[in-house]
Amino acid sequence: MTLLEVNKLMMNFGGLIAVDDFHLKIEEHELVGLIGPNGAGKTTIFNLLTGNHYPTEGDIKLCGKSVVGKKPYDIVAMGAGRTFQNIRLFNNLTVLDNIKIAYNKSMSYSYLSGILRSPKYWRQEKKADKACLELLAVFDLDGYAYSIASSLPYGQQRKLEIARALATQPKVLLLDEPAAGMNPNETAELMETIKFVRNEFDIAILLIEHDMNLVMGICERIVCIDYGKIIAEGLPNEIKKNPDVIKAYLGE
Amino acid sequence: MDKRHRSSYLINLLVILVVYGILQTLIGTGIFNNYFKSIIIFICINIIMATSLNFSTGFLGQLVLGHAGFMAIGAYTAATLGVLMHSVAGMPPIVTITVSIIAGGILAALTGVAIGIPALRLRGDYLEIMTLAFGEIVRIAINNLKFTGGAQGFTGIPRLMSFTYVYFAMVVCVAFLMLLSRSRHGRAIISIRENEIAAESVGINSTRYKVTGLAISALVGGIGGGLFTFQMGFLQPTLFGFMRSVDILVIVVLGGMGSITGSVIAAIVFTILPEALRDFNEYRMVAYALLLIVMMILRPQGIFGTRELSITKLLRRTRAKTKKIDTESLKGGDD
Amino acid sequence: MEFFLQQIVNTLRIGSIYAVIAIGYTMVYGIVKLINFAHGEIMVFGSYFAFLLATYSGLNFVWILLISMTLTAILGVVIEKIAYTPLRKAPRLSALITAIGMSFLLQNLMLIIFGSTPKRMPELISMKPFDVGVVKIDSITIITVGLSVLFMIILQLFVKQTKPGKAMRAVALDKDAAILMGINVNAVISLTFAIGSALGALGGILYSIAFTQVYPTMGIMPGLKAFVAAVLGGIGIMPGAMLGGFLIGLVETFTKAYISTTWADGIVFLILIIVLLVKPAGLLGKNRKDKV
Repeated sequence: MTLLEVNKLMMNFGGLIAVDDFHLKIEEHELVGLIGPNGAGKTTIFNLLTGNHYPTEGDIKLCGKSVVGKKPYDIVAMGAGRTFQNIRLFNNLTVLDNIKIAYNKSMSYSYLSGILRSPKYWRQEKKADKACLELLAVFDLDGYAYSIASSLPYGQQRKLEIARALATQPKVLLLDEPAAGMNPNETAELMETIKFVRNEFDIAILLIEHDMNLVMGICERIVCIDYGKIIAEGLPNEIKKNPDVIKAYLGE
Repeated sequence: MDKRHRSSYLINLLVILVVYGILQTLIGTGIFNNYFKSIIIFICINIIMATSLNFSTGFLGQLVLGHAGFMAIGAYTAATLGVLMHSVAGMPPIVTITVSIIAGGILAALTGVAIGIPALRLRGDYLEIMTLAFGEIVRIAINNLKFTGGAQGFTGIPRLMSFTYVYFAMVVCVAFLMLLSRSRHGRAIISIRENEIAAESVGINSTRYKVTGLAISALVGGIGGGLFTFQMGFLQPTLFGFMRSVDILVIVVLGGMGSITGSVIAAIVFTILPEALRDFNEYRMVAYALLLIVMMILRPQGIFGTRELSITKLLRRTRAKTKKIDTESLKGGDD
Repeated sequence: MEFFLQQIVNTLRIGSIYAVIAIGYTMVYGIVKLINFAHGEIMVFGSYFAFLLATYSGLNFVWILLISMTLTAILGVVIEKIAYTPLRKAPRLSALITAIGMSFLLQNLMLIIFGSTPKRMPELISMKPFDVGVVKIDSITIITVGLSVLFMIILQLFVKQTKPGKAMRAVALDKDAAILMGINVNAVISLTFAIGSALGALGGILYSIAFTQVYPTMGIMPGLKAFVAAVLGGIGIMPGAMLGGFLIGLVETFTKAYISTTWADGIVFLILIIVLLVKPAGLLGKNRKDKV
């Protein structure tokens, strides 16, 4: 099934056309990279996909259903998860709470249940704790479970953000520059983590990245944009040699 | 529920009852005269006002500058019903009070929803300004409407409040907010404060939670207003102006926005302090203002920040120190 | 008809006072994104300075005005340096609460120093009524409107034509870029507070001349209304403050004249709420979105 289908996407910010005629199709299990020089419109595209902005024109379908005009939290329920360029964790909360909040969807007890501490409350909270700790363990973060999120080292914070996005059980995961600020060692570890996540969690991944090692290393397909338009798409080897791509990054 | 939680609840319940016992004895035997009794009652009411404001400002992260407006709505509703039920229908006090304050709370909550839906769409400063305007409009409306008694005030309200009632009402309100904050809904609300965009990105319906959070804050604030009514016996618009909102806000900020125990302790301190310094009125206000400014510069998160004081944890730590118990049991949240 | 025209005159008088005070709020907000709750009290200090000078010195109106404005400007800068500068990097809420605290502090200082009894403002401008056609305009109104408009024009010229003025606009637009351009941001911020406070003093002095009194809590309602005016016109935008000031003056005057005195304040706040719901950036403002 086509998980994500984008057609004729256009974003006009009061005269400035940030995204123009963008199209994309992502099938199950794919690991796709979205690249382009700074200001090309990559994050804007993400924001359009996740409902943080509404497109001026175009259509976005998630698992066959249109998401245009829907709120971000509804789109999450439809199967999209994302991370952010500048890590957006719940800084003052514990690592475990960060995950538990994303797990809210899977819990159903009412306000009254919560306040009166009904058996349903205890049951669901226990189940949530277990599931969230297991998820953290997958990322080797369970040791940090009760630490405050902002106290984690940078690389672990990134992993936490990815783990949190996975707690919503998405079908498509959107990673916005996950390797930003990482050294080569951390990036290598991240590459393994991303591949592992795709395989373990049975999802498709679309990522924005500037680090070409990472992109070439793990992406199966790459789309390159500049000034909001697609200038090339294809396999990593093709993109590497594409003159338009090279021109966009390095100039004439 | 597991053993650890059960023992934690029992300890808290015990402390609550012991404190009640001590205070009630002091009052009952006359060691605490009427003056002290009324101060204690006002402490309980201020605790309710502070913790309710903390819920919207500290936990939800939406600064509300017109909280006195909710208090006023609760107060005047309770006053109207109170007079009707007690003086006209002759109902027993406990029924009168309970029905009146709950009605007041509900009306305040509905008002919270009514202004919340439009107001919470606004970002940052605009929301605060809106809440300020709301508070002022409530005060002006009360001042001008005939059935609220206008500027002269609403008199003739039966003074039905007792220490016992207000103490346990306070306990119920604080427990309500505390338990809520540690449920999945409370976590969702807090996540909005922490990072609204991130919260939305993990499926939290920020619009619904923001309105609900404000409504709950208004509900408890309105109940506080109702209790205030039956203690005061009369109401005036000047009691619910911007100054009142600021008084409550100061308590919340100094205690720590996001800490219920902080609000409780700050409410106690800042109800007693102005009374103790009553003779030095203007100097007291100057000192107050200076304290506020200095606190903001030196310790903006307030005394407690977002942490809660847990009696259970304190006891365990003392035990652990003296008995060298495995500190593993200290991990995890307590209630 | 005469009644209506008379209200227009009243509008101009109170509107110009609100406009001048509103500029102070808007300038400070534009440059440090802070709602200076203490602005109303700074305005009252200006009135008290004028009162003292008028009572104990033999100076004429112009000198009293200029000296009071200067003293208030200094006060504004002092407050900024002591209380607001340390909180430049702090969360918005802390700065806001500090401003509220400062407002309290100033109010109560004035209560202690001057007492709560209102002081009668000496007649600095002799009350001379003029008949202009069917309306009565008095000298106070003429001078009030005249001075307000004069200072607003001076301010606009200053901000548009002079270097410090341009620096102020630059810092308001993008503080970091301004630093990189070599602008002394601290000096600019202090200058903004100074000018804003001076204008607040002007407003306060004109207000207390019009209403013949000075008392410590005098600034609360005019301060709030001027603040609403600033938001109405577009907080952070100077022409907006001027426009807002006159509009609020209009609403207040006509509500008092045709509907009721006691509801006038309520309607002002209602307008605020409506503006915030329909166009929060204000009449002259532009909407800005968060970066995701």
